[in-house]
Amino acid sequence: MQLEYIGAFNVVLGVLARFWPVWIALVLVMGASFAYKKRLGLYGQLFDSSVGIVGVGICLFWLFTAIFASTVSPFDPLVQIPIMKDALPGAVEPQSGLVYLFGGDKLARDVFSRMVYGSQIVLIIAPAATGFALMVGITLGLPAGYYGGRIDTVLSFLANLVLAFPVILLFYLLVTPGIMETPIPYAMAGLFFLFPIIFFSVLFWTRYKKRPDRLYILLGLTLIVGGWVYAGLVFDADPFRIIHIDPNQLNIFVAVVFASSPGVFRIVRGLVMDIKTRDYVAAAQTRGESPWYIMLWEILPNARGPLIVDACLRIGYTTILLGTLGYFGLGLAPESPDWGTAIKDASRLLRSFIHPALPPTIALMSFVLGLNLLADSLREQSMKD
Amino acid sequence: MLSFILRRLGTMALTMLCLTLVVFFLINLDPNLKKLAISQTEMHTSAEQLEDWLVNHGYRQNFFSRYGQWLGIVPKQPVTDPATGKPTRRFAFCNDPVEPTFSGVLQGDFGCSTKFKTSVASKLFPALGATGILMFWVLVVMVPISLLIGILAGMREGSRTDRTLSVASIASTATPEYVSGVIFTVIFASWLGLLNGSAASASRGITFYNFTLPVMTLAIYGIGYIARMTRASMVEVMTQQYIRTARLKGLSFGSVVVKHALRNALIAPFTVIMLQFPWLLTGVVIVEVMFRYQGFGYTLVEAAGNNDIDLLLGCSLVSVFIVLITQLISDVGYAFLNPRIRVQ
Repeated sequence: MQLEYIGAFNVVLGVLARFWPVWIALVLVMGASFAYKKRLGLYGQLFDSSVGIVGVGICLFWLFTAIFASTVSPFDPLVQIPIMKDALPGAVEPQSGLVYLFGGDKLARDVFSRMVYGSQIVLIIAPAATGFALMVGITLGLPAGYYGGRIDTVLSFLANLVLAFPVILLFYLLVTPGIMETPIPYAMAGLFFLFPIIFFSVLFWTRYKKRPDRLYILLGLTLIVGGWVYAGLVFDADPFRIIHIDPNQLNIFVAVVFASSPGVFRIVRGLVMDIKTRDYVAAAQTRGESPWYIMLWEILPNARGPLIVDACLRIGYTTILLGTLGYFGLGLAPESPDWGTAIKDASRLLRSFIHPALPPTIALMSFVLGLNLLADSLREQSMKD
Repeated sequence: MLSFILRRLGTMALTMLCLTLVVFFLINLDPNLKKLAISQTEMHTSAEQLEDWLVNHGYRQNFFSRYGQWLGIVPKQPVTDPATGKPTRRFAFCNDPVEPTFSGVLQGDFGCSTKFKTSVASKLFPALGATGILMFWVLVVMVPISLLIGILAGMREGSRTDRTLSVASIASTATPEYVSGVIFTVIFASWLGLLNGSAASASRGITFYNFTLPVMTLAIYGIGYIARMTRASMVEVMTQQYIRTARLKGLSFGSVVVKHALRNALIAPFTVIMLQFPWLLTGVVIVEVMFRYQGFGYTLVEAAGNNDIDLLLGCSLVSVFIVLITQLISDVGYAFLNPRIRVQ
């Protein structure tokens, strides 16, 4: 049976039209941010430079694409429609009359829908893993930089140990089907996911030690929410069945956190060593504040600028890492629509068909580019102060 | 200085010891050994036969004694042939000792590759040579281009050239190898047909036709990063007093840049270029797999995919060594280039 095709111009129009919820949300958020930019602090200042606007725009675009993925994509990313195998861009699917805007891949799935759904995987794992890596890096980097001495030597040695591993080797060792039969990923998850709970408990404890009314509420909240998420993620024993993570996703998550927390650790350590010589730290020491109070409430807020910039870059880097995992077929399910897996599948067939390769590559590149532009303009803005 | 280098070398040895122990532990996990046994025996073998294979090939000896044997501080024990009861080689295809001898990494014996059915050394070192050629060409392309971009951008901060080049270098750091590789292949191999999308023939002879794409792909990610560092360093130098003095003295802008600024601005990029090697290592793995070039990265992936224990250990030893030695060179070189820095 002969497939019908729509022209290139109609493909472009069709793609733009499919993204309609994204455009609406983008216009609303960008318009509001632009109107109130004076009151939005650092985020508002981003709208002063064209680089910043482009960066925010690209990041928000992918954020909204992930949120509205089910509306944007015309097909299910896993459904195969045999007649559409290797269909060129713009082929019309005979039954529903909908268009395979970017064509079909070798398993006859819609490339466009897979690209859209791929953004969900990246936008869930990359920021969350970066968040955990930040927590681990900050909680360990603060005492290493502040106390120095033996604790610094030991922690720095461990960090350098992990950093000396080529990332790809680390992933080949940590993300294998075999390792999921052993308790190692769960033990590592159990260790890493403790850090946010420790961090927030110490954060509230040092601040509100003298004010039990606030302290108990905040500590209670931290322990309940933290314990709930912890039980769901590590033991898959969430009593409400809301928080659930597949074993292989947990494995990827843990490996990515493991690979990127030493980097955060180093940055935090360096910042702390610089900031602890300032006068306000000396003042706090003279007041008799506890070391952890000084670290968390005097030093950390003053280190936030470089940390925010680093977090942006790191989300981008984590996206690249996830793509690398997908490209080598590690961890993620073979039919998963994430960009790395899609690039792997398509790059093997580049000689015959190129259209399945381009959407995921451009998607990944543009998202990382958006984050890098954002980080660059954040750095410039924070340097102005 | 000497004691600094010695201390660093000591830390390096300790790091390598710890890392190889970790790698050794992870690839000798039970599921991985089972996988190895399955791939090395016939298709339908029972669980007992798999276990027998592992015992017969010495994989069930004590963990630390095996690590010691690999390292060369415990004599390597030959295995007993179940049929004759005599000591025999573990694998017929490489020269394991028949009587107990110290034969580990420290003695220069890297063991046997179960995937390629040969000794690790005869597989690993040619592959390293091939990757060395690739790395050489990447550096030849990457370093001059990135320094030039960085200097041009940092010469006049905030100018149009600066902004264009900065955005371009940000874009190049946002392009991992598997993305740029695909895009370049599509453009240069599929559309224009100028270059070969596979470097498999490069092991027989390197030509412009088959080697440009891998080199380009590898270089592009590093170019952006080094260029940005060079730019930052250049911008800082250009605000210094001595540059202003040179300008006020009446020297032309070009001569100030070439004679006064460059020398000081190129110290920081040196460190960055040296620290770029670990990144290149990951890139090499991706590029070699993508373009089917039989080098170190390709070997590493084959070893990891087939759970080839000795080969993977050899690969990790080499890569960790490269990472640590480049760090050391960058630290020592930095102190050497910048007389204001003195190491204690």
